[in-house]
Amino acid sequence: MVEFAGWEMPVQYSGVIDEHVAVRTRAGLFDVSHMGEIVIRGPGALELCQKISANDVSRMKLQQAQYNLLMNEKGGIVDDVIFYQIEPNHFLICVNASNSDKDFAWIEEHAEGNVELENASSRYAQLALQGPLAEKILQPLTSVRLNEIAPFFFSFGEVSSIRCLVARTGYTGEDGFELYCDSVEAERLWKTLLASGVPMGLEPAGLGARDTLRLEKAYPLYGHELDDTTTPLEAGLEWVTKLAKGPFVGREVLLKQKQEGIRRKLVGLELLDPGIARSEYTLFKNGRSVGRVTSGTKSPTLGKAIALAYVAIDEACLDNTIEVEIRGRKTRAKIVPLPFYRR
Amino acid sequence: MEFPEGLKYSKEHEWVLVEGNTATIGITEFAQEELGDIVYVELPEVGEKVVKDDPFGAVESVKAVSDVYAPVGGTVLEVNDVLPDNPETINDDPYGDGWMIRVEMTDEEDLKDLMTAEEYAEYVEQQKEDEDEEEEEDEAEDEEEK
Repeated sequence: MVEFAGWEMPVQYSGVIDEHVAVRTRAGLFDVSHMGEIVIRGPGALELCQKISANDVSRMKLQQAQYNLLMNEKGGIVDDVIFYQIEPNHFLICVNASNSDKDFAWIEEHAEGNVELENASSRYAQLALQGPLAEKILQPLTSVRLNEIAPFFFSFGEVSSIRCLVARTGYTGEDGFELYCDSVEAERLWKTLLASGVPMGLEPAGLGARDTLRLEKAYPLYGHELDDTTTPLEAGLEWVTKLAKGPFVGREVLLKQKQEGIRRKLVGLELLDPGIARSEYTLFKNGRSVGRVTSGTKSPTLGKAIALAYVAIDEACLDNTIEVEIRGRKTRAKIVPLPFYRR
Repeated sequence: MEFPEGLKYSKEHEWVLVEGNTATIGITEFAQEELGDIVYVELPEVGEKVVKDDPFGAVESVKAVSDVYAPVGGTVLEVNDVLPDNPETINDDPYGDGWMIRVEMTDEEDLKDLMTAEEYAEYVEQQKEDEDEEEEEDEAEDEEEK
């Protein structure tokens, strides 16, 4: 167990690699109840959501989920989040645990008009059932027709008589579901899913595997690839950033940055020499510092050392070879396309 | 958990097997278990000097990197060539095939600081208890906050 944002979190159960492989080939169950939940509802909800975020919330369908960024005035990222549209003008936002208080205060600061805000983080627990067998494991336990839930959509229903929001979302790059339920029901839901799924190959999975899985898929992790000073354009999240949707916090800065061009960019690295690049290691080209690593590991699926890194724009082109300083030794790394892993 | 008799142990969780003037060094079962799946090992070259209590190499799991400290000083006579391609050998057999380096000791006095198997077992128990206490303290704090 390890302390994370005030939560005692399991890093691993049977072992990171074993759990990682289980999720890629069968299924894994994660307790991600540390994630925060913020509710925005009322006649002014859509307008508020549009103002505080980069993606176009008005394009969401009912019971659709959307990856989105809460933005600050400098074009930096307050948090990366998932919006769930429960009803028109009723949104549930899943936020990072370490940011939930910051996010809530920041949304409150921007709220005007007729909206109701609730930091519902302690009310909700969240379990993530991820992997190619996820649907097969979950279907016998629920009357929700899972094959009718498309990726990034959700539905309400009971899982083994526990009321859940069942979303086809995740952070692993595999098919799967994220189940939100009342926190008092979480333990029962966990046990029920395991009891039913283990005979089919399900394994409990921890934070360690969650990190290696998301990294292979190049999903950013707040505090590593994203923070209050990185912009979505630098982070490769232009696809989330709908500059044409109308005004939102930070938009002017982003428009300017788009026009002038970014100075650094998030890239994928594959190490060409032995070693593993870790967060905060410095990158060099011809003896000059050109960036820093934000996350790195040895990819259990690819068997190679991979990393995400911010690199000066003139060195950020594909196939460019740069160097990572690992314990005083320069190690060659090549810039490769993202994601590292595709299902 | 196993801590073989006849080995010497350091507070940084390395073990030493002393044969005459030669010391074989690896990490303990407790250390490999704390690290989890080991995926990369960095070792010194033969002929390099290692300094007591300084890092001589590193062991990396998927989730983190840890330095490995020299429990004794000396000159590297041999390194375990199996490890670069099969780092998981340390998980499988930390006291046997998972040995890391063999050094010619410069000063036998270095051994005096090291623990016996019995002392190390106690030391590990203490470390585990400290971890548990920290968790309990955190829980107590959480309760107060509520």
